[in-house]
Amino acid sequence: MITGEDLILACSAIGAGLAVIAGIGPGIGQGIAAGHAAAAVGRNPGAKSDITSTMLLGQAVAETTGLYGLLIAFLLLFVKPLL
Amino acid sequence: MELVSTAGAAAAGNDMGFMIKGLIRYELFGQELWITTTHVCMLIIDVVLILFFLAVKKKMKTPDDVPQGLQNVAEIIVEMLDNMVKGSLGSNAGKFANYIGCIFIFILISNISGVFGLRPPTADYGVTLPLGLLSFCIIQFNNIKHNKLGAAKALLDPIPLFLPVNIIGEVAVPISLSLRLFGNVLSGTVMMALVYGLLPIFLRFGIPSVLHVYFDLFAGAIQTYVFCMLTMTYVNDKISDA
Repeated sequence: MITGEDLILACSAIGAGLAVIAGIGPGIGQGIAAGHAAAAVGRNPGAKSDITSTMLLGQAVAETTGLYGLLIAFLLLFVKPLL
Repeated sequence: MELVSTAGAAAAGNDMGFMIKGLIRYELFGQELWITTTHVCMLIIDVVLILFFLAVKKKMKTPDDVPQGLQNVAEIIVEMLDNMVKGSLGSNAGKFANYIGCIFIFILISNISGVFGLRPPTADYGVTLPLGLLSFCIIQFNNIKHNKLGAAKALLDPIPLFLPVNIIGEVAVPISLSLRLFGNVLSGTVMMALVYGLLPIFLRFGIPSVLHVYFDLFAGAIQTYVFCMLTMTYVNDKISDA
């Protein structure tokens, strides 16, 4: 017998799984940033440290949207706001 | 006071390794409050840092000409932080080196404390939000101090219709700063707890150390760097143009 509470828990789990699909976007974005940084180091090896720090900064900012998805997943799984 | 194993509503019913655990319950003005693992771990980190810097202070009263040992370590730390601040703030670096260096050391030690078996304090939103708000105060204080009325005029930048958008843009800064740090450290903590739960007890030595290097040391150091760099970038954004 499925109660309303069980249904909400199951849907929360599915929703958490859907929420972490947000990781696709930052993955693509970080890959593009790293690829361009590699190309830049190839063109100008002298500026390697500057390029690396700029790349890491940009990747960390790009990562934020993925982390929002992760936080929604954590909220759904552990705080259970809908229950 | 009573000793219990789980914190209030957030952790009730979940006994997994990565949850914030309430240790001591007390009441203040009718509110139920908890001394959690975050408080304990942060106290440990604070005591370690204070002892280290007291030792450095004692040592630096009689500095050697050729630095060695503790003096060498302290000089490397200060020089690295000064160079980092100087690299992005230029001639204004002197005013901000204290604040940036302070939060850099604290966040770094907090992030890598997972290696020593503590629960990182930065994996608690109650720690990262105040850090973000501190940075927000620094940014806005310098904005108003440097731009005077221009700070208010910048909110109406292209046309006055953009006022709500600009206000949201300013308020989003501490939220995104703190959520980024919190999310990264929390995800590392959760992954480590899941791996430890997955492995049988005789495999828990050795194998997770590789993951500790990535999730605690690498990601922790990167996020520390990013937090400080973004704070400096926002400050520089406010005080450089004129």
